[in-house]
Formats: sequence, C-alpha cells, structure tokens
Amino acid sequence: MPAVLELRRVSKHFASHAAVDDVSLSVETGAFYGLLGPSGCGKTTTLRMIAGFESATSGDVLLDGARINHLRPYQRPVSTVFQNYALFPHLTARGNVEFGLRQARTAADEMARRVGEVFDLVHLSGKEDRYPHQLSGGERQRVALARSLVLRPKLLLLDEPLSALDPNLRKQVRAELKALQRQVGITFVFVTHDQEEALSLSDEIAVMHAGRLEQAGSPEDLYVRPCTRFVASFLGEVNWVHGIGVRPESTHISRVAPGNGARLVRGTVERSTFLGNRLHIAARTESGETVVTEVARPDAGFHPGEQVYLWWQPQDELAGLR
Amino acid sequence: MDRLRRAFLAPGVVTLSLLFVAPLAIILLYSFQSRGVYGGVAPEFTGDNYSRIADGLYGAIFLRTFVLAGVATVGCLLLGFPLALFISRAGKRRNLYLQLVMLPFWSSFLVRTYAWMVLLRDTGLINTALTGLGLIREPLPLLYNDGAVFVGLVYGYLPFVVLPLYATLERLDKSLTEAAADLGASPWQTLIRVIVPLCAPGFRAAAVLVFIPCLGAYLTPDLLGGGKTVMAGNLIQNQFTTARDWPFGSAVALVLMLLSLVLLVVWMRTQSEDAL
Repeated sequence: MPAVLELRRVSKHFASHAAVDDVSLSVETGAFYGLLGPSGCGKTTTLRMIAGFESATSGDVLLDGARINHLRPYQRPVSTVFQNYALFPHLTARGNVEFGLRQARTAADEMARRVGEVFDLVHLSGKEDRYPHQLSGGERQRVALARSLVLRPKLLLLDEPLSALDPNLRKQVRAELKALQRQVGITFVFVTHDQEEALSLSDEIAVMHAGRLEQAGSPEDLYVRPCTRFVASFLGEVNWVHGIGVRPESTHISRVAPGNGARLVRGTVERSTFLGNRLHIAARTESGETVVTEVARPDAGFHPGEQVYLWWQPQDELAGLR
Repeated sequence: MDRLRRAFLAPGVVTLSLLFVAPLAIILLYSFQSRGVYGGVAPEFTGDNYSRIADGLYGAIFLRTFVLAGVATVGCLLLGFPLALFISRAGKRRNLYLQLVMLPFWSSFLVRTYAWMVLLRDTGLINTALTGLGLIREPLPLLYNDGAVFVGLVYGYLPFVVLPLYATLERLDKSLTEAAADLGASPWQTLIRVIVPLCAPGFRAAAVLVFIPCLGAYLTPDLLGGGKTVMAGNLIQNQFTTARDWPFGSAVALVLMLLSLVLLVVWMRTQSEDAL
C-alpha cells in the first residue's frame, strides 16, 4: 500500500521549546493510524500541522507524495473531528453537514443525496433538523464525523475522539468507529493518550514522548517488541528486575523452583487481591523490586509474607531497550 | 445569608429609588398638569400635553429622532465590528487598543463635540484642506445638518459598540473558526457564515447600548445640527428652558421613553425567537 501521508523530519518550535522534534512517519492508505503519547508529547501539535492549523518550523508534510506545507487548512483535502466536536451552534445537524459541501459549491441534488447517505451511515437519520444542543454527546460526535466524511477527505484527523464521551459509552463507540473506518475506507489518523484505545483501534501506532517519535509499528510489535523503556511501560505494565523488563502475564509465581531453564528470583508476597476468576499478586524481590503477576486459580493461596519464586522464560524478556 | 444578601441589595435599591424612580414619578405628575406662568407647573389636572404630541409637527420630530438614532446605530455597528474583530486578534496589543478605544472618555464630551465643529465648519480643517488642494472652490456644507449629527452620534457611541462586540468575539470558541477553515471556508467566508452569526448576541447588546442613548441625545444635534436638526432631546430641553413649558416637556420625555421601551421589547422578542 502506498503512503497517503508522510512526515519528513518535521519539527515545530514555539518560543520557548520544541513541541515536535524531528518526527518522521508514514501512514498507509486506508489505515487506522494512532498517535499515542502522554499530554504535552506533541501529538496534538503534529495533528494540527497535518490539518494546517500550525505550520512546521522545518521538515515536510506530504499528502499523496506532494508537499502541502504551504497550503492553508481550507485548501487541504483533509478534515478534522475536533475534541469538543466544534459543531456550529447556530446551524442544525444538517446545516453542519452541508457546510463544507456549500463551500465546495455542490449542486443541490447531489448535496441532498450525499447528506442523506452520510446521515444513514452514522445512524442519525431523523435527527437532521436538531440543533447541536438538542443532541447527546454521542450524537454530536456522529454529526462531527458526518460533517467531515461527507466531504470524502483523503485523510480524516480525529483529536482524542473518545475523550469527551461518557466512559460507559466509550467501548461501544470505539467498536463503531473502527467499523465505520473499515466501511468508508478513508485513512483515519487519531490522537490519544489512552493506550488501550490506541491498541484496540489502530492498525499502526506512533508513540510520542517529549516531542520525539519513540517508535512506530503495529500494536503487537510495540507491545511485544518495544524499542525503549518508555514505550514498554506506556503500553502496559512491566516488571523491572535487575533492569530487565518482563510483562506481568509472562511472569510466573510458584512455591518450588521451576527446573525448565527459566530465569528466577526469590521474593516475598506483599499483597494478594482476589478478583473472582483470578488472583492478583504483588511480591517484593530480595533486591527490593516490586513484581506483579496474576494466577488463574484464585484458590492457589499465596498469602502475604509467603516465600515464593518468581520466574519467566528468557524469550519473554523485553530485550535491548533504550 | 439572606440578611447579608439584602444588605448588599439595599444601597442600589435606595439609590435607584431616590435618583430614578422618584424623579420619574415627579415627571409623570408634571406631565398631567398645566404650565406655570414663569416655568414650573400650575396645580391643574389636564391631558392636553399628551394630545398636543399627536400634532404632526411633533410626530415628525419623533420620526426623525428614531430614524437618526437607527442610522447612527447601524453606522456604529458597521464601523465597530471590524475594529472589535481586529482588536480581538491583536494578541499582546489587545489591551493597548482597548485603552485607546476608551481614551476619548478622558475628556469632556462637550469639548469633543466642539472639536468636531472645528473640523467640519466652513473654515474648518477639512474644508480648508480641500480648498487648499484645489479640489473644491466653495466650502462643502459639512456642519449644521443631519450628516453632521450622524457623524457626531457615530463618533460618540462607537466605543459602546466596540466593547460588547469585543467581549463576544473574545468568548467565541476558536475551534469553531478552525472547523470552518477545515471544512473549506476561506477567512472571509468564515467571517460571514460563522463569526457574524455567532456574534448576534453581541450585536444585539451593542445596538441597544447605542440606540437608546441616541434617542435621547440633545447635545450633539444641538451643536452639530445647528438648531435645524431638532431631535426629541432638543424638544424636551427647549420646553424646560426657553419655552418654559415643563408639563409639555415632561409629557414628551415620557412618550419618548415609552416608545423606546415598546420598540425594545418588541425587537428583543423577535430577536430571541430568531436566535434558535
């Protein structure tokens, strides 16, 4: 698949600091691409440079191979779903969706057809004449999506698409968003600080930290083969033993030493929490590091103060981290 | 808590009762009495003052007052909105520009109106300059007409438009203008299709702040209109001074107040329905 979007050594310097520092990445056509990182890591600034709201201090932004640095936001075939949706409060849902089509001077019959289609697509038929304040949070988000999708952009940018939603709603909307992306086949680039959201939605993720790109790759890649300690701990829990990282699910606990070539340390159970179908255990190694693990048999015991072995297979170690 | 709240309310209530409600009651009372021989009122009940207002002459003055105030309001909005927009986008210099808008208030309104006379009269700055440049032979009649009153009113009330419009623009969610640009609207189209409609409450507030005081203006039409351009304010002033007809002046004042109140209520009604 060719790259629809490419960033080449892009930096954004504000007066006092570099918000984005020498970031290069490439997004394949039709992908659901996640920009993941803690707040202030430069992911939103990166998104805004793609949309055209910020201009890159240096480096190139390429869309379909053509440099678009100089294009104003309204000249770019790219559309954004804002974090707060930014629906026009003085226009109905239909008015919001028609806004971009009117700018493009779309003929009336074609406009009506496309608006009807997109309302069907986001399951909002019948609510076309409501004003934003008469819609629920989830409905507002779908209007925002419809408003962008109706323009058939080459790239849809989403800024923290789930953060303004009720937490109970997020998982459902996450699934809908993924299905919608597959259905329309438009490349989605979204920003999030939530690793679970990034892992579940993305075909590919770029992890950012302090303005720099830490690592880009498939969710499995990043989780199983992180390149840096930051990526390893941002994408999930890590037990650090003598500087070596092991995921909790690869860490085992037993009362007798295993004899299968596993790496092992001795430790003392500090806390054990009954979670119904499993037992969550926190132990302290002899060198004072905390190691967590879970046991699938909640009746396995493991009480605080008990001496145990903590072990893992060498191939499960997160190796070569920077 | 309730007692405290009442304590805070008291000074305002007392001041308004003494300085607003009481004089209004007196004016109401005067307007139904007959004129005294040397000014003041004679204690004789009559409704004549009100029937006199229905006279065509006075009707014309009221009409002229409303038209002039309306045109001046539109002029203020047309000049004030771009200025407010500019200031709201001026970054660090915003406060400086706002201070400059307020600067005229540091000098007397009377002095500033006289300054306009210096600018507009036959031997004033504008006519002298134009004659000097050979563009005109005879001085242009700039002073003592409706145009001069219009200029004076717009000048005087421009700050009252800039401030509420600035406040509205300042509160405008920046992501809305970004969304418009994102959907393909040029800055000009964003202005027409997003910023101006969303500033409707600001326009409404600004219009009221200018229109109402313009209705009661008397200094500007008196000085710049040169007695030819009589507005309701001048009519009232004349009744209390030269004409020595306090009851009629009171009646005119009350009718003007009532008319603007009715107009305001009707207009606010239609506007709030339009808003959604």
